[in-house]
Amino acid sequence: MRKAEFSWRRVWAIMLRHLYVLRSSWPRLLEIAYWPMVQMITWGFITTFFVQHSSWVAQAVGVLISAVLLWDVLFRANLGVALTFMEEMWARNLGQLFVSPLRPLEMVAALTGMSLLRTILSVTPAALLALPLYDVWVFSLGPPLIAFFINVLVMGWCVGLLVSSLVLRFGLGAESLAWVAIFAVAPLSGIYYPVDVLPGWLQPVAWSLPSSYVFEGMRAVLYDNVFRWDLLWGAVAFNALYLALTTALFLYTFHVARQRGLLMQQGE
Amino acid sequence: MMPEPSSVISVEDLTKHFGTVVAVDGISFDIAKGSTTALLGGNGAGKTTTISILLGLLLPTSGRVAVLDEDMLHHRHRVLGRMNFSSPYVDLPQRLTVRENLTVYGHLYRLSELGERIETVARDLDIAQFLSRPTRNLSAGQKTRVALAKALLNEPELLLFDEPTASLDPDTGDWVRSYLEAYRERSGATILLASHNMGEVERLCDMVLMMREGKIVDKGSPAELLHRYGRRTLEEVFLDIARNRRTGSDG
Repeated sequence: MRKAEFSWRRVWAIMLRHLYVLRSSWPRLLEIAYWPMVQMITWGFITTFFVQHSSWVAQAVGVLISAVLLWDVLFRANLGVALTFMEEMWARNLGQLFVSPLRPLEMVAALTGMSLLRTILSVTPAALLALPLYDVWVFSLGPPLIAFFINVLVMGWCVGLLVSSLVLRFGLGAESLAWVAIFAVAPLSGIYYPVDVLPGWLQPVAWSLPSSYVFEGMRAVLYDNVFRWDLLWGAVAFNALYLALTTALFLYTFHVARQRGLLMQQGE
Repeated sequence: MMPEPSSVISVEDLTKHFGTVVAVDGISFDIAKGSTTALLGGNGAGKTTTISILLGLLLPTSGRVAVLDEDMLHHRHRVLGRMNFSSPYVDLPQRLTVRENLTVYGHLYRLSELGERIETVARDLDIAQFLSRPTRNLSAGQKTRVALAKALLNEPELLLFDEPTASLDPDTGDWVRSYLEAYRERSGATILLASHNMGEVERLCDMVLMMREGKIVDKGSPAELLHRYGRRTLEEVFLDIARNRRTGSDG
């Protein structure tokens, strides 16, 4: 009896397929870096204005730019998963892929791997540009930046897996969710303001989002020069829960797709 | 029912419902090792549904499916690497070049010496000259050969085709059929194909399973079916069955 174990080579195969697409299309590569830079430039000038007119913001130059970049990591991580998955549906390739030994969990690993690559490609140019434009070097956050980055990245994966599951189940009519779903959590995540600004009844909802812990943690480092371990563990705990739930949802939806014959029928 | 000892595919009481629609209705059959078998039937007869279940893309409502001695419903990953599939209705990524597509699929099947294998398949299928071209720029005949290359990349013991020569000109269609005959002789592979091309079925197949409304209504070699229905061509037999004019047992 042959074993059918998880294969990193098959994960690489799916990532390679999408790297080929990126390599062959310079507009796609440009688009990946374009929006984070536009965001960073816009918010950078707003920050510059606030620094000159608000003592609160002036305490921590770069707080808004850091927030913008971390938010973009979250947004791009979500898109990295959802768009990579939808690319297979647009190409009507799911049927071909899943008659090979590719396992759904290997697909999830490939989607998150591509998301990591796309997010780094996307946010790094904007982060580097912040130095000559605004004299803000986000990497000066040091090791906490890595913790923040990983946590918003994983939360982005969770939203991406949720969107991919919905698109697999309901078809490409649901694809706009890839762009809009993440904005449902934006007002609650305390990106540009503390969570305690929210009405009391909304705060428990905000504290169920890993992103709220990240942005509060970021402000603690920038304003108070303190790394809040409690906030980090809060983000890690919720991310672990949501990653397990959304991966399980993706696998369940894949099972439903096999019951309903959706894998052979996808496409525009 | 126990599968035949030399069966590559063994299907027992297979049923698939989509809501109230019965796509496959309690079919059972065995396919012998090294044989070429056709699933024949009109549109909606249940051929593609049956093939999708055999490939593990679709779960049946009930029944049992064993492929290469493995339970396909619970352990499909143990056998998917030993089989392959091609259909003009399921695309390869069009933006990738032919070589990129074959490289991706070669990795999915974890092939060793992949570069060499791609060159060999490309030479065999006469696609070496457009390995560097985007797949979308190929003609229908060239795409079919590329799809065939992908299907043969892992040297499968079992090949499934859904209308392998649909939309091909007679010359290319004949080339594909010759290639499949040669591949089966060389490798001893088992082939199952769904087709509407009766000439193709008569030429390639040892066994024909005739389907109508989700059921297997008759089966036999092309010669047996012609004799049983008293017809000169398989197309006439097909029309008899598709139009429910009479069945083999009536004849």
